[in-house]
Amino acid sequence: MLRRTLLASAALGLGLTLSGGAAMAAGMDKVKACFVYVGPIGDGGWTFQHHDGALQVQAAYGDKVELQWQESVPEGADAERVLTQMALGGCNIIFTTSFGYMDATNAVAAKFPDVKFEHATGFKRDQPNVSTYNARFYEGRAVQGTIAGRMTKSNKIGYIGSFPIPEVVMGINSYYLHAKKVNPAVELSVVWAYTWFDPAKEADAAKALIDQGVDVIAAHTDSTAPLAEAAKTNGAVIGFGQASDMVEYKDGPRVSSIIDNWGPYYVKRVGALLDGTYEQADAWEGIAGGEVLIGEITAAVPAEVKAEAEALRDAIAAGTYHPFTGPINKQDGSAWLAEGATAPDGDLLGMNFFVEGITGDIPQ
Amino acid sequence: MLRLEKRPNPSKLWLYGTPVMAVILTMIVGGMLFATMGKDPFEVIRTIFWDPLFGEFAFYLRGQLLVKAGPLILIAIGLALGFRAGIWNIGAEGQYIMGAICGAAVGLAVYPTESRWIYPAMVIAGAFGGWAWAMIPAILKTRFHTNEILVSLMLVYVAQTILAKASTGFLKNPEGMGFPGSRNFSSYPAAANPELIAGSGIHWGVVTALAVAGVAWVLLSRHIIGFQIRLSGQAPRAARFHGVNPSKLVVLCMGLSGALAGLAGLFEVTGPAGQITIDFNVGYGFTAIIVAFLGRLNPIGIVFAGVLMALTYVGGEMASTNLGLPSATIQVFQGMLLFFLLGVDVLTNYRIRTFMGGK
Amino acid sequence: MDFGGINPAILIASLMAASVPILLAALGELVVEKAGVLNLGVEGMMIMGAIVGFMVTIQTGSPFLGFVGGAIGGAGLSLIFAFLTQVLLANQVATGLALTLFGLGLSALLGQGYNGLKPAATGAVPLGPLADIPFFGRVLFSHDWVVYFSVFMTGVIWYVLKSTRLGLILRAVGESHEAAHALGYKVNRIRLGAIAFGGAMAGMGGAYVSLVRVPQWVDGITAGAGWIALAIVVFASWKPWRALIGAYLFGGITVLQLNLQAAGSSIPVEYLSMSPYLITIVVLVIMSSGRGKAALNAPAALGQNFHASR
Repeated sequence: MLRRTLLASAALGLGLTLSGGAAMAAGMDKVKACFVYVGPIGDGGWTFQHHDGALQVQAAYGDKVELQWQESVPEGADAERVLTQMALGGCNIIFTTSFGYMDATNAVAAKFPDVKFEHATGFKRDQPNVSTYNARFYEGRAVQGTIAGRMTKSNKIGYIGSFPIPEVVMGINSYYLHAKKVNPAVELSVVWAYTWFDPAKEADAAKALIDQGVDVIAAHTDSTAPLAEAAKTNGAVIGFGQASDMVEYKDGPRVSSIIDNWGPYYVKRVGALLDGTYEQADAWEGIAGGEVLIGEITAAVPAEVKAEAEALRDAIAAGTYHPFTGPINKQDGSAWLAEGATAPDGDLLGMNFFVEGITGDIPQ
Repeated sequence: MLRLEKRPNPSKLWLYGTPVMAVILTMIVGGMLFATMGKDPFEVIRTIFWDPLFGEFAFYLRGQLLVKAGPLILIAIGLALGFRAGIWNIGAEGQYIMGAICGAAVGLAVYPTESRWIYPAMVIAGAFGGWAWAMIPAILKTRFHTNEILVSLMLVYVAQTILAKASTGFLKNPEGMGFPGSRNFSSYPAAANPELIAGSGIHWGVVTALAVAGVAWVLLSRHIIGFQIRLSGQAPRAARFHGVNPSKLVVLCMGLSGALAGLAGLFEVTGPAGQITIDFNVGYGFTAIIVAFLGRLNPIGIVFAGVLMALTYVGGEMASTNLGLPSATIQVFQGMLLFFLLGVDVLTNYRIRTFMGGK
Repeated sequence: MDFGGINPAILIASLMAASVPILLAALGELVVEKAGVLNLGVEGMMIMGAIVGFMVTIQTGSPFLGFVGGAIGGAGLSLIFAFLTQVLLANQVATGLALTLFGLGLSALLGQGYNGLKPAATGAVPLGPLADIPFFGRVLFSHDWVVYFSVFMTGVIWYVLKSTRLGLILRAVGESHEAAHALGYKVNRIRLGAIAFGGAMAGMGGAYVSLVRVPQWVDGITAGAGWIALAIVVFASWKPWRALIGAYLFGGITVLQLNLQAAGSSIPVEYLSMSPYLITIVVLVIMSSGRGKAALNAPAALGQNFHASR
């Protein structure tokens, strides 16, 4: 037992000296910023946008940062190894860009107290050197819902969900609430694809929705396949870009988009490390912070709808409107938010219920 | 003209020489690939093959090689038994998932009880989960002659759906704020599979893998069952004359490979992976098929093949992080290594003769 | 005519298009396996077809040339497999799996710079008034040419295997390479041809994904379709028309389960999403138990390498 402890502390000590971190408070001349990606950069969605953010860091600080990244890192044991390797290799700050890296990030952070860790979309900050960051995508969904409610002719709108997790449920609720607000007759169909990325299946899901008479589709999966499927209807069905702008469908079904823009946050955090103002954080920025961008609303949308959507976007950005403002009931009719109350972040982060009016169950 | 001529006996020299030759050939061709991508080939190859073993951070990475190789070896040995008997279980990935789910479910059901019987019970449940999942194709085959390749493969996808349901539903961490994923076993010592010697990477899964390799070697080379397995693969009719019951053999081999895959899943989920998540499986069940053949379906060979495979993963990752190579390049490189390893093996059983003129 | 809010004409039309990639790949693999070769690298060949087809279409603007390119891409990759297994006598199972790994990597490497582009569209074949026939117009006469091609190829392969000398030779090689060799056939060359054909078909299937189904290029676009194609071959017990039924059954259930979800069915989603796999197993069990022999239809020499010792 004693031997085990000794070895453990030896390993820890070695980690400390090798991590190469001087005291951070004084600022640094050069930062090595490292990124762990869950998919290939070529996925055109989630990972592509994170990498874009990393490149913005390089552009902002030039020689003062050195970038390093690793694509397609599976969650679990592999993530822990890659993180340790990066920390040993002298990374000063490591961004772990998938929810599934949460426990690995905290475990490795415990061994390398001088390296800063930034975990995307999680909630665990067990170590003082772990920060978390996320984006309020549901704000973008509110804008999309408004457009969807106004644009649908069949009064049927659709949502392709990936997995039944709070992040997705939040998006569905926000989308539906705002469509309902401008068009009380609207009905929402949700299809769970049980995948983040499977273009053929996403296309099938979009097609199934279209076959059911849905004419506005929002997707929470990463490829452009749903838009491509919508494009085959020659303008009868519209959709939105997801994660990236998906401009290639601008002259077709894509009427707007939610763009994940991680750059501003990455630039800010690396900058703080450079000038010595870095502190542990729990960041959840949205449209206001520039992390969620609403892609250009195209001419396919009538001017007054466009104006309405943009007004909503600006109100959210200004902080005068919260997409989840009461009165809102849960699906079973029980009260969730009272008149005028806004949703606490805790409720949103753990959201596992549909709001009143949505049919169908969340798979549990 | 060159012509292959079958050796009367496999060449001992080439049996050990071909893997070395394959690695060298891969280095040459892979080096050219890296050079065309504008990287220093020597640096890349050193990073992949040398650094994880003897480089600056080898003290950490050597252990990680074992972590990566452990499940591959464990699954591959089970598969090799079946493959030798001509039984094609290619759904080890599904059995791995089900083993992990069953084992984890037992541990999570009694949370937070502390007892030293919990982990052994989980190990049994894990093996049972994999075994039961493999019994489906086994029984369908013996009872209805249904092809086990199709059934075991289809069951992988079914297992993945169950895994998604487990991590968003019945095994979800009640304190996880609604996020998918089970409790993390690292914070539940009675059910965890920690490193046995800190920093070594060795956990119960690695120990089991090595022990199983030894047992399987004895079984195959010394035991009557091993003889029956080999005979069924080489000469099914002769096997029947020797009193081998094909149905029993199917049930035995599928069951063994399923149980071992389930064990691998259990050790992985309670140890290195830590928790059940939607994407907890990373394809070990499929990679293990390659490992089984690289190891020539021989338990000892499989141990080496597993470590070599782990080396290309770990080293490849380092090359990708440190030298900025796209991870696709590493995949191509791995593919090449496998091609060469499989291709040059011809020299073990055949010799090349030059001859002139026609036939 | 609606069932539970689902229009059968639209459903059938959708499943025919959705099944094309796995049908083409399965037909190719069927020929390969009939010749006694087990190539598990279908996924790798499909994705090579997907990227090469995509590149050709972007460069030339012609989807048709894209499909030709896809076929060449898939066939090209399959030649590595052919060389290793037929000339160097490497193990087919392991080589096939390695081929998938290699193909996935190589396609991602080739595809850098092709993300986010849109290929020229492959439209429906204009069949004029035929497409306006109620029900059948939608089901049969509203497709792009590849859908018809896949059905046509099913017939061609069925005919060639059953009624031609070429088919006879192919089957002979797959049943007993020793006997075929004794009759003077060049076993390895015939198998090489079959492998290349299988690669070309898989490549076209992949190209259908990147040019029609999704139309775009992203890494890993085939997302496991090759594995399903392999399963379909076994499901079909090596018979072309059954491969078509298998592919349509699988594609159909996949499309149906998504439609049921979209129509607000009360069946739990997770059961729906595992249904294509479960139903495929159940159907196969019924088929193989009913006749008792269906599962034994596998080519006798499947997976075994041949070396002419004399």
